[in-house]
Amino acid sequence: MDYRTSEGTAGPRGEDLLPASVAAAVKVVIVGGFGVGKTTMVGSVSEIRPLTTEETMTQAGVGVDDIAGVERKTETTVAMDFGRISLNDKLVLYLFGTPGQERFWFLWDGLFEGALGAVVLIDTRRLEVSFDAVGRLEERGVPFVVAVNAFPGAPVHPTAELRAAMDLPDSVPMIDCDARDRASSRDTLLALVRYLQSLHTVTPETP
Amino acid sequence: MSATGKAWDEGGPERLYAVDQNHGPQPSPPRPVELVSLIVARAEPEPGTAPEQAAVLRMCQFPLSVAEISAYLVLPVSTVTVLLAGLLEDGRVEVRAPVPAAELPDPELLQAVMHGLQNL
Repeated sequence: MDYRTSEGTAGPRGEDLLPASVAAAVKVVIVGGFGVGKTTMVGSVSEIRPLTTEETMTQAGVGVDDIAGVERKTETTVAMDFGRISLNDKLVLYLFGTPGQERFWFLWDGLFEGALGAVVLIDTRRLEVSFDAVGRLEERGVPFVVAVNAFPGAPVHPTAELRAAMDLPDSVPMIDCDARDRASSRDTLLALVRYLQSLHTVTPETP
Repeated sequence: MSATGKAWDEGGPERLYAVDQNHGPQPSPPRPVELVSLIVARAEPEPGTAPEQAAVLRMCQFPLSVAEISAYLVLPVSTVTVLLAGLLEDGRVEVRAPVPAAELPDPELLQAVMHGLQNL
């Protein structure tokens, strides 16, 4: 790890400063497999150049470790890209792209905690990477929408087929998007917010 | 611990403990800061302030999230959390907690997010 603190220059550029009035933040997590466009999406809507934060995960008994009994714990540093959108002079939204290795997504303590919701970004050529994410988000009660990232040359499947393949409940919105496009990425986030709003109107008594 | 060296280590109890520690659904202890808590400096770095803490104070003249501090310092979030705990104790920084997202976020909050995004 290189420490930049000694330079005394670490910190946001002038144009990346938040106004002093900003009182609170909310976050949305973008989940998806490696290379599915998470970082691209963060970058296309963020007002700051995407930054990378990291966390040290202590793994014990995850996967195929310590067969020899030597390593009890493995320390792994997991990096995550994120961006920022100022919503108004008091509220700011942070957008986190989960690390590529899905087994780390839910180990990062505090990543999903308190998140408004999640976007599951999928590539129709590799749907399988999103199965686990959908299941785990449901388990945790994190509301999400599914965004189908348009990759040139990727097969186009009818939404119904994709839903069936992912075993996605009808209530969960599925939208098409182009993660490279700012407006499209913004619309994906808007779809998530609309979905969250719709959850309010559903009467809880309805089974 | 035991310096006997060659003793066969069954590994049972310790390992279970380790697994439990890391994977049990234990409620995390109340954390002073979260990933998107906003930090604002309330003091200038003084001579003798640890360099990393001084860097935090310098960069937090305006609100900055824990994630951003971690990114700029190139330090893991947990390390930044520890740095901040020290600064918090002395009142050298102020924390603006994230909007608590309950089961369902507040409609007014969602409306604000909606408007903010539409203005992009």
